[in-house]
Amino acid sequence: MSESSARLGVFKTYKLYVGGKFPRSESGRVYEVSDSKGNWLANAPLSSRKDARDAVVAARKAFGGWAGATAYNRGQILYRIAEMLEGRRDQFVREVGEAEGLSKSKAAAVVDAAIDRWVWYAGWTDKIGQVVGGANPVAGPFFNLSTPEPTGVVTVVAPQDSSFLGLVSVIAPVIATGNTAVVIASEKAPLPALSLGEVLATSDLPGGVVNILSGKAAEMGPHLAAHQDVNAIDLAGAGTALAKELEIAAADNLKRVLRPQPVDDWTADPGTSRMTAFLETKTVWHPTGSLGSGGSSY
Amino acid sequence: MASLFEYAPAPESRSVVDIAPSYGLFIDGEFTDAADGKVFKTVSPSSEEVLAEVAQAGAADVDRAVKAARRAFEKWSALPGSERAKYLFRIARIIQERSRELAVLETLDNGKPIKETRDADLPLVAAHFFYYAGWADKLDHAGYGANPRPLGVAGQVIPWNFPLLMLAWKIAPALATGNTVVLKPAETTPLSALFFADICRQAGLPKGVVNIIPGYGDAGAELVAHPDVNKVAFTGSTAVGKAIARQIAGTDKKVTLELGGKGANIVFDDAPIDQAVEGIVTGIFFNQGQVCCAGSRLLVQESIHDELLDSLKRRLSTLRLGDPLDKNTDIGAINSAEQLARITALADTGEAEGAERWSPACELPSSGYWFAPTLFTNVTQAHTVARDEIFGPVLSVLTFRTPDEAVAKANNSQYGLSAGIWTEKGSRILAVANKLRAGVVWANTFNKFDPTSPFGGYKESGFGREGGRHGLEAYLDV
Amino acid sequence: MPTTLTAFADVTTSDSALRRFLHGLPGVDAVGLEARAASLGTRSIKTTAKAYAIDLAISMIDLTTLEGADTPGKVRSLAAKAVHPDPLDRTTPMTAAVCVYPDMVATAKAALNGADVKVASVATAFPAGRAALPVKLADTRDAVAAGADEIDMVIDRGAFLAGRYLETYELIKAVKEACVRPDGTAARLKVIFETGELSTYDNIRRASWIGMLAGADFIKTSTGKVGVNATPANTLLMLEAVRDFKAQTGIQIGVKPAGGIRTTKDAIKFLVLVNETAGEDWLTNEWFRFGASSLLNDLLMQRQKLSTGRYSGPDYVTVD
Repeated sequence: MSESSARLGVFKTYKLYVGGKFPRSESGRVYEVSDSKGNWLANAPLSSRKDARDAVVAARKAFGGWAGATAYNRGQILYRIAEMLEGRRDQFVREVGEAEGLSKSKAAAVVDAAIDRWVWYAGWTDKIGQVVGGANPVAGPFFNLSTPEPTGVVTVVAPQDSSFLGLVSVIAPVIATGNTAVVIASEKAPLPALSLGEVLATSDLPGGVVNILSGKAAEMGPHLAAHQDVNAIDLAGAGTALAKELEIAAADNLKRVLRPQPVDDWTADPGTSRMTAFLETKTVWHPTGSLGSGGSSY
Repeated sequence: MASLFEYAPAPESRSVVDIAPSYGLFIDGEFTDAADGKVFKTVSPSSEEVLAEVAQAGAADVDRAVKAARRAFEKWSALPGSERAKYLFRIARIIQERSRELAVLETLDNGKPIKETRDADLPLVAAHFFYYAGWADKLDHAGYGANPRPLGVAGQVIPWNFPLLMLAWKIAPALATGNTVVLKPAETTPLSALFFADICRQAGLPKGVVNIIPGYGDAGAELVAHPDVNKVAFTGSTAVGKAIARQIAGTDKKVTLELGGKGANIVFDDAPIDQAVEGIVTGIFFNQGQVCCAGSRLLVQESIHDELLDSLKRRLSTLRLGDPLDKNTDIGAINSAEQLARITALADTGEAEGAERWSPACELPSSGYWFAPTLFTNVTQAHTVARDEIFGPVLSVLTFRTPDEAVAKANNSQYGLSAGIWTEKGSRILAVANKLRAGVVWANTFNKFDPTSPFGGYKESGFGREGGRHGLEAYLDV
Repeated sequence: MPTTLTAFADVTTSDSALRRFLHGLPGVDAVGLEARAASLGTRSIKTTAKAYAIDLAISMIDLTTLEGADTPGKVRSLAAKAVHPDPLDRTTPMTAAVCVYPDMVATAKAALNGADVKVASVATAFPAGRAALPVKLADTRDAVAAGADEIDMVIDRGAFLAGRYLETYELIKAVKEACVRPDGTAARLKVIFETGELSTYDNIRRASWIGMLAGADFIKTSTGKVGVNATPANTLLMLEAVRDFKAQTGIQIGVKPAGGIRTTKDAIKFLVLVNETAGEDWLTNEWFRFGASSLLNDLLMQRQKLSTGRYSGPDYVTVD
């Protein structure tokens, strides 16, 4: 290839990731996404409330199968996501660098941390139940067991600044435990999120488990927060005023609300709290009793 | 009831409890009048007799109580856990010592049978304090990291159905973790909480650690809204729970909500029938059905519907309704005229919507608030009595054909607090329990509680868990 | 209401049919059953109800002596006690029966001298039941011939536990026939399951149904000779069985808990079980009995307490 005839690149049309498919916004709207210096990068879909509605339908449809999958299977799939990301590392280093204005080495560190985060949560799927559940020694002839179960469909307002590591750090704990997610990507830097959809689609993750929307949290958020078929909402990327508005709307069906918390360093050990925020504890009782009628006397 | 062997009345003695004519608010270790001097009367629901006059907390009193709790917080939270534990152990022991007195008091103020307060409420109250006492110096090992910190002042609002037990569920974990407390009991059942205040004094609990402010919903709302409250714990209706969730939006207040339910009690054709009948009765008639986790929807496999209903009706005919202080009473009074009106209206709706109503022959006392045990058959998912929480002794009977259908119907509710499963097939229990969206699933039993066992709901039944290791989280900054 | 066994005619046609039927009966959850029995045990029976219950309990006792050392003298003193339980108070009701070994039936009958107290005799190689069928039947016929009004047989627990349900059924049927007197009347048959050896509540329910289908007049918990005898829970379970059997056939069957019931408080708990499970139809010594010996004196002392207001003592009841 001669230097004078540099090949014209092929642009990617960034699309949403909903129900395992890559639709454009039903509204037909897009918005311009620029890099940190203001250079145009791409047009991203400007999702509407109807896109959000469709995403909830997809997430609900996927919930039974995903929640019912074995923890081992979910772990395998989360690990597969890490494998797929590793293979597309260079792409994400470039996208994250552009999105967040990071040097190549810093962007690489972010992407590596994000890949490692999938690995971390892949290992959690079959351990969280033992860590937060267990048998309770009730004072009576009963076997009593508490187990964590996924809350259901979780709306995730992804962090605005950390467009990729932050994004992965809020999605992975939600789905590791069997929830399904409707994610509103960082408004100004949605491209890594939309590309993540392409990775998820090739990682054996059932369609609908993660649904990624780009656009305005302030536009879609209220509809998702008020949606009666959404069980929880993570407000990580919502500003103070929006977070309050969404929390109020979420009270309509008593969604579990994870309020925005200041995160200085997304690379820090995430602990378990993002998983437990979207877990229900189910406690099952069953009589034990004696082996025979001879066990009782008065 | 058999005429040959009619049990003579066996009333528990009222003399074990000495109710004063009037009570104040318990703030900063002292009983005091309300700032505006308001009082209200608490009556015995079984007789409408006025038991006492109680100071009614208003906004100024809430503020005073929260300030007292705030002042007490620094020292209380700095106490070694082992010292806090000893206070709680003392409280547990004093409750055990005074349990008969408290049982009679609770029966008088609430209307529930002495059999329940004596054999269920009070033993569980003492056990709850005993359990959380033991946690106070072991929080490092509770799975919430090293040296987990308390939240601060807990504002707690409790209902009238298990007045002292709900107090225990709220106060024991709060104190064990180093929080201080302002608790508002329900306006129809303030007395046992005020007696508890006396127990705190006997135990030598430092002033301000526990503050009890009887009052109405406005006082509860003031407490929830108070800017110096760090933690809100509420047990009550879903409507109020939603209001609280809105009220605290955008704040740092941590919240746990234990709200309504419409529990499905699922009986399969291979159930241990006689025990299932007992479980159904316990599920809906315990505490006159005024239980958030009541098994108020009976889902019975169609193939055994008639047989089961015959057994159930025969069993209901042996229930003894009447004087709650009589040791042989199974069904006591409804807690208030307001609640009775609500139950009556919903039951009337059930009838108007075409469900078939049945009650055993049962004479209701002439004074007080009473509602006969009631069954509705021919109920479908569309009936109001199958969807709305009645919070009374009213059971709606629906049928199903297959396990899938049972699960689908059980989960078809905005609530998700409790469920029951009756079958002798172990794998079916596990499969169905796994699919039910409910926080507590009782298999071949119902309405069992224990301090070690986490309790709380899915969906609109609220969030957070009370009881067990899980119950600590609600009061820790984790 | 039907009053026949026709609905169950097919059940006993073969071992496999009987097995299918018994294994199709609803299971029993032990914890739930025991909790229900305990809950009924908290009923508080006072004043007039207590007086009624004590007299009823006395009238339901099968006053029992079943010892190797039984002598005519012992049996005569037992018979006298059955007729006049409280020599100081002639208003005290008689017990329902005296219960003795077959060789003591004639002695007991003579000692009762026509009083309205039945003579019950254990039979069928009581208590183990380990003898050949002809021996068991001869044992039964001897007792009936000697004047027994009632026969307390034991089932072959070995056969039952080995799953030979039809054999168990046939044994009861055969003994039932052996209870027939030459004049066509018959001694009433009580069938002892030895619940402590059957061990599980499911077994007790199945045994109850075998007994009822085979024509038992009473089903009875125990011999009193093993570790666990009558309990509130196993008696509650048997009361449920007779209740269900009557609902389905119209045939009423009695229940007799035996062994280990020693105090008035215990006896009243059992009466509460009867009252609230099978119902008032069973609240008579025609349909409910206590197999007991020391229980009677405790009932008598409680009876004296109710009439005098003073607590009584063992010197004020007879030692037999």
